[in-house]
Amino acid sequence: MDGFFATNLGTLVIVIGQCLLVTAFVMISLLFLVYGDRKVWGAVQMRRGPNVVGPWGLLQTVADAAKYIFKEVLIPDGADKTVFLLAPLASFILALIAWAVIPFSEDMVLANLNVAVLYIFAIGSLEVYGVIMGGWASNSKYPFLGSLRSAAQMISYEVSIGFIIVGIIISTGSLSLVDIVKAQEGNWGLFNWYWLPHFPMVFLFFISALAETNRPPFDLPEAESELVAGYQVEYSSTPFLLFMAGEYIAIWLMCALTSIFFFGGWLSPIPGLPDGALWLVVKMSFFFFLFAMVKAVVPRYRYDQLMRIGWKVFLPMSLIWVVVVSILAFSDGDDRNLGGLWARWQVEASN
Amino acid sequence: MSVTAMAFYLFAITGVGGSLMVVLSRNPVHSVLWLILAFFSAAGLFVLMGAEFVAMLLAIVYVGAVAVLFLFVVMMLDVDFAELRGGLQRFMPIGLLIGLILLIELGLVYGHWNMAENADALLQSPTPELSEAHNTLALGQLIYTDYIYLFQASGLILLVAMIGAIVLTLRHRVDVKRQNVVQQMHRDPAKAMQLKDVKSGQGL
Repeated sequence: MDGFFATNLGTLVIVIGQCLLVTAFVMISLLFLVYGDRKVWGAVQMRRGPNVVGPWGLLQTVADAAKYIFKEVLIPDGADKTVFLLAPLASFILALIAWAVIPFSEDMVLANLNVAVLYIFAIGSLEVYGVIMGGWASNSKYPFLGSLRSAAQMISYEVSIGFIIVGIIISTGSLSLVDIVKAQEGNWGLFNWYWLPHFPMVFLFFISALAETNRPPFDLPEAESELVAGYQVEYSSTPFLLFMAGEYIAIWLMCALTSIFFFGGWLSPIPGLPDGALWLVVKMSFFFFLFAMVKAVVPRYRYDQLMRIGWKVFLPMSLIWVVVVSILAFSDGDDRNLGGLWARWQVEASN
Repeated sequence: MSVTAMAFYLFAITGVGGSLMVVLSRNPVHSVLWLILAFFSAAGLFVLMGAEFVAMLLAIVYVGAVAVLFLFVVMMLDVDFAELRGGLQRFMPIGLLIGLILLIELGLVYGHWNMAENADALLQSPTPELSEAHNTLALGQLIYTDYIYLFQASGLILLVAMIGAIVLTLRHRVDVKRQNVVQQMHRDPAKAMQLKDVKSGQGL
């Protein structure tokens, strides 16, 4: 058996198997994310939420997905057919391939790229195309307006997310997600994680993640009170399902990134307990719960307020933070003068 | 054929094909979408050459920002495609002529190009071996340690250019109502609202 997995074909089988495993994890968690999302809103609004299909309504999303798939695909007469169908595919596939670099534990990572952060950033900046293409190809007013809004919104918040990540990278001295989590390892459990030295940025990152994934209170691309459903108006059945799945996968990815950047990824919060992938899933689920709570509690922003916060509040704050972190990390230095809070890069033994 | 060669030909063909379609497709939005494909193929080629940092940068800067800007502008243009195609036939000879001249010039330059004997060594000398440091680290050291002043100077030039562009387009409009957010947040109902007793038949 060992002989087979050492050959080219064997390696291919292993790689494909690993890809399928990660995809299966994402897709199965997706089913329960949508369910959990609806249950949380239900609880906040004092309703029961989905409770009919399966025990406690757990299989509701499966039923919904089946319904979407078996419905007829409607394509508007004036739509640009190719681009119209390409848009949901792009939004779904791009959301999925970003998972290739997410480390579930030190060894459980599909591709431990040394530019993983840039890879995530590149894929994230592409996700806007699904929305723009969908809005334009529908050849209809509301989708087009929705997609224009979305493009401006996603680009604006990418900038501040980028600067926040730069701070993390300066502290770590590496662009690899595995290194970023390893740098947060220590004897103090959860007090070793980056949320403490990068405290204000945790909130900025969370809010920017909300805006980046078009989640309420920043769901202006699909603001139903003004634009019906934004770029998704003309979509039905499977293409719509792909858009929605892509959106939820992107949110789940943002939960993973928040856990990895600020909350120690797979590391255990209490010293002594074993680290493991389960911790990451627990942390991700907690942040997803926060995402759902925000949607249930906070009213939608006005578009100019959204832009103002992005450019005039978040961008200067994260930019100043980059400078502050640089100074702190520099004075921390290789000697760890500030207790190694900000400078966590590996000191090379040879020098 | 090795996997790398197959990947190279895949990226090369999609790159060239995509670039061709940028010029040939009749719908400008489709052109931009093909352009994105071409950028992507170029990024793939960079990855094959072991320059993953440049590849990611290409994807972030060109595909993620510049092409979005293109798409934004092109989508909002009100173009008549039939008219565009009519123009193509009229200007085709001139375009071909310019292309031919450029080709000849490039050929002339390339024919007389004198390479220094140690050109390869000169090109490679600033970066450490790939086994010592991966290319992101090597680039970072070059830009931020060895050539920091040049890098800062180019940043300053870009800043000046940006300020210039802003100054050129800046105009103060007096007829626009602006909001002062801080002022808005500090308003309270007592000052913002007034209760009036309206007499019937008179109004305010």
